[in-house]
Amino acid sequence: MSNAAPTREVAQRVFAREFNDASYTFKESDDERAPLYLLLPTGARANRVFFVGTLTEKNDVGEDNEYWQGRIVDPTGTFFVYAGQYQPEAATALREIEPPAYVAVAGKPRTYETDDGSINVSIRPESITEVDVGIRDRWVVETAERTIDRLKTFDDEANEYASMAREHYDLPVENYRQAVATALESLDEIEAEDDGIEA
Amino acid sequence: MSDLRNHAEAIAEQFSEHLGVSAEEVEDRLATLVEEYKIPADEARRSVTNHYLDQAGLEREDISGGGGNRQVQLAEVDAADEWVDVEAKLVDLWEPRSDSIDQVGLLGDPSGTLKFTKWATSDLPTLSEGVSYRFENVVTDEYEGRYSVKLNRTTGITELDEEIEVGDDAIEVDGALVDIQRGSGLIKRCPEEGCTRVLQNGRCAEHGEVDGEFDLRIKGVLDDGLVVQEVIFDKESTEELTGIELEEAKQMAMDALDTTVVADEMRTETLGRYYRVSGPKYGRYVLADEVEELGGPTDPEATLIRARSI
Repeated sequence: MSNAAPTREVAQRVFAREFNDASYTFKESDDERAPLYLLLPTGARANRVFFVGTLTEKNDVGEDNEYWQGRIVDPTGTFFVYAGQYQPEAATALREIEPPAYVAVAGKPRTYETDDGSINVSIRPESITEVDVGIRDRWVVETAERTIDRLKTFDDEANEYASMAREHYDLPVENYRQAVATALESLDEIEAEDDGIEA
Repeated sequence: MSDLRNHAEAIAEQFSEHLGVSAEEVEDRLATLVEEYKIPADEARRSVTNHYLDQAGLEREDISGGGGNRQVQLAEVDAADEWVDVEAKLVDLWEPRSDSIDQVGLLGDPSGTLKFTKWATSDLPTLSEGVSYRFENVVTDEYEGRYSVKLNRTTGITELDEEIEVGDDAIEVDGALVDIQRGSGLIKRCPEEGCTRVLQNGRCAEHGEVDGEFDLRIKGVLDDGLVVQEVIFDKESTEELTGIELEEAKQMAMDALDTTVVADEMRTETLGRYYRVSGPKYGRYVLADEVEELGGPTDPEATLIRARSI
């Protein structure tokens, strides 16, 4: 790994339900600049995520400087994003976009320990842009596909991140299969087809 | 520039590695044959070339040009400064970026496609899109891992009767546009002949401070959650992608006294959307010839069935 040229990390697709269950972070080399990964409960490492949801609330929680918190909701839960002076583009977007609005976010997972000792996970956004509902729906289906891919290989013996997930999380992955079904069932396209059958 | 001078320079160039012969000297020799002895220019050229071959103790194959080149497939071109012959169809003509370029575009053969450049000073016939040609004596070139061929005034061009089939080396990628990298938006390129490097603070890495020419470009990253693919959108595909045309971009930059507003606007318009892009791959990049924005999901029902079947 350390000999390879630095390559851009892929942006994982993960629903809020699963993302918020994650808490364990790790590096794969001793290099100070080695990427930091969040371990996803379905057995994958995430240095970057991409998601699309509804910005429902935003608050400038900074004291001296602007520091924006945004709540971005997908069909399974809520992503929390934080953008301050070191994420100027994302901070500007949060300042300007009026909720409710569909937004697409690329960013890095961050964990922090709360006062009661539990680990919370949030996203430090690299970009936030306003998009339309078609893109949100495409993301839901894409994220469902990627999550199913991870679930299908979770029991493979050679799946090192799945073993790592078993070791660090005591969570039944069936939860995430249900989250996938819930997310898909929430789409208008699916409802429309069900209506068609009933009629 | 006279024809004789052109031939003379070409011959001098061919022998530049073997004899210290000047273009003037060659021209004198040619002039004697053509003007005094009324020999046709082609024949004079052959005769003078043979004279210098004798002088240098070389065979015709030993010198660049002269018809002894290796004929190559376009996809075989993998080094710069080689003299080769190719047979190819002109698949696409592009807008020359500078007056020094007469024609620029894409050649194709069964192995793939390759950029070509024809200089205004080369004095060659005008090439037409869709026509197949044999090119003798073209020089290969490389820039940032991308290869091309340059036509020059010694290049022989013959139109072919049979049409050359063009292999498709374009690849198709799709995904969300998750990043637009530095060096995107309204940029300035070096105006020096054949350079086109992007200027940094008004400076070209090769030619120093120059008066650059405006262009549009996006270096973007498509990500489908499994792999990332860097993509370069040229002026045309950037305009198509963003709906912002070069003139409008210049106006935006002028109004704001800042060129970065253009890239900012492009980010707002495109980041987070899904695209399908196809084009040839050069080094790490796919060059976007075709761009399609992807809308809503096509078959969510199939995914739901998959989810329920685990």
